[in-house]
Amino acid sequence: MSVSSSLAATSARARPGWRAVLLALGAAAAVLPAFLLSDYRLFQLTTVGIYAIALLGLNVVTGYNGQISLGHGAFYALGAYVGAILMADYDVPYWATLPAAALVCAGVGYAVGLPALRLGGLYLALTTFALAVAVPQILKYRGLEGWTGGVQGIVISKPDPPAGLKLSPDQWLYLFTLGVAALAFLLVWNLLRGRIGRAILAIRDHPVAAEAMGVPLARFKTRIFAVSAMLTGVAGALGAIAVEFVAPDSFSFQLSITLFVGLIVGGVASLGGAVCGAAFIVFVPNIADQVSKAAPGAVYGVILIAFLYLMPDGIAGLAARLARRAGFD
Amino acid sequence: MDALLHQLLSGLATGGIYASLSLALVMIYQATHHVNFAQGEMATFSTYIALTLIEAGVPYWLAFVATVVVSFVLGLLIQRVIMRPMEQAPALASVGVFVGLLLVFNSVTGWIWSYTIKSFPSPFEGGRPLLGGFISPHELGSTGVTLLVLGAVYLFFRHTRLGLAMRAAAFNPVSSRLVGIRVGWMLALGWGLAAAIGAVAGMMVAPVVFLDPNMMLGVLIYAFAGALLGGITNPAGAVLGGFAVGVIENIGGAYLVGTELKLTLALLIIVAVLVVRPAGLLGRAVASRV
Repeated sequence: MSVSSSLAATSARARPGWRAVLLALGAAAAVLPAFLLSDYRLFQLTTVGIYAIALLGLNVVTGYNGQISLGHGAFYALGAYVGAILMADYDVPYWATLPAAALVCAGVGYAVGLPALRLGGLYLALTTFALAVAVPQILKYRGLEGWTGGVQGIVISKPDPPAGLKLSPDQWLYLFTLGVAALAFLLVWNLLRGRIGRAILAIRDHPVAAEAMGVPLARFKTRIFAVSAMLTGVAGALGAIAVEFVAPDSFSFQLSITLFVGLIVGGVASLGGAVCGAAFIVFVPNIADQVSKAAPGAVYGVILIAFLYLMPDGIAGLAARLARRAGFD
Repeated sequence: MDALLHQLLSGLATGGIYASLSLALVMIYQATHHVNFAQGEMATFSTYIALTLIEAGVPYWLAFVATVVVSFVLGLLIQRVIMRPMEQAPALASVGVFVGLLLVFNSVTGWIWSYTIKSFPSPFEGGRPLLGGFISPHELGSTGVTLLVLGAVYLFFRHTRLGLAMRAAAFNPVSSRLVGIRVGWMLALGWGLAAAIGAVAGMMVAPVVFLDPNMMLGVLIYAFAGALLGGITNPAGAVLGGFAVGVIENIGGAYLVGTELKLTLALLIIVAVLVVRPAGLLGRAVASRV
């Protein structure tokens, strides 16, 4: 997977003209729905953008760095609550909550990663699993009720578009999310293409060799985990703004599992995979409900296992293979 | 003081349940270096099978044995059919399959038996509290059952040829295959045993926490904590860790954090073990050659 994406990168670099055209077309295709779709469809697309940022975060640590996290929902929740508390209690403007959520989540991510990541193996998966299960309980805790609003949660209001722009709040939120997502993807793409990116992949593919080459494993892994938690936290803050509400039960263990499923189905270690996975998360629950009203979770689980068997590189991997067969490379 | 003693004893009773599940986790971990995240949901599924049998009029202990046998076969089948093709796959793929199993078991359980909370009978009901009111009959009985199971597992692994073969297969699969042990089947047996032990844990905990499809999620987290505390490389350590975690949970819940944060306490135990003594109390530190 990593090899093919770096190949794609070199071939694109050889043709800078094509690349600029493709980027411009992509940007246009992303902006256009804001003026074409109904508010409901637009809200769905906004959600796709938000989950794409969250999955990008998870992909950095689990896909590219090979450290399995089953608890990224915890960071999504933390980001959402930081955003909601700042907006509701301190009248912070919505856009300023994102950097705050980023900082807090990076700090907490670092703290969680520190004990779990100096050891190899499945310790991170275990710790994050426990974290994900414990989060709703912490959010409901009476001692924190002054901040979190306990079981009731916090209601916030949808931001107005900047004065002078003739947009509806939903249109503005979509464009705002799109901007944040573009920034996040640019940041990760930039992080992955250089020396640090090679170290990240080396740690996943052969930790012993990476260490022998002078890559400080534990230090890298904890920092990457912090970056990953930061991205997912920003997505959480955006999510809170989009649904105008946070409550403990929206951040159950199920959310972490959903993110994990989105990661695998979208495509591990692929930037495009984060977008595909996000689309899966948003649109497939409806389909799963149609397949089996009684057991949508089972449909989800079967899809997950089927992907691991039949298409371990996910939707993005399939798309890349089809594109290569069609001669686009 | 009496209250403390009471908490201690009931902590040991729940600890026994955690110990069984920790042991089930460690058995699979030792053989495959995988942590079965679906262990709890499999146990819940088994417990519902037991409930169905009991409600159909089957005597408790007959239903108990039948459930253990069915769970054993189920665990064996899961290893043979679903996990075996994944033996050579990277860690992410096997964790993914475990998560998939967790979702499927949870959802199918809720679909067949509904998500409403049900009560589950205890075979040890009807008596007065024993030992001067410090321990309920169910707590005493479930501790007894747990100890019996743990003893049987110990005897099986120490004193039978099959147990020896299973340990050999887990310890050194290549050499074991060379001396004629069917390593694949030993793994499947391990899965079956783990599922059976999990079923016993489920049936023992259900009368206390009541039965619903998410019943085992919290128990599983405590079993993780127990396995890590005792040492995930050591079955005896996992059992000790399970009991210790049960006591910490009860005493901590009563005097420190209250019942609202019991899961958070398990998380704290996990983090504390990883910080202070990652190998666990009885585990050996893993050294890797560079």
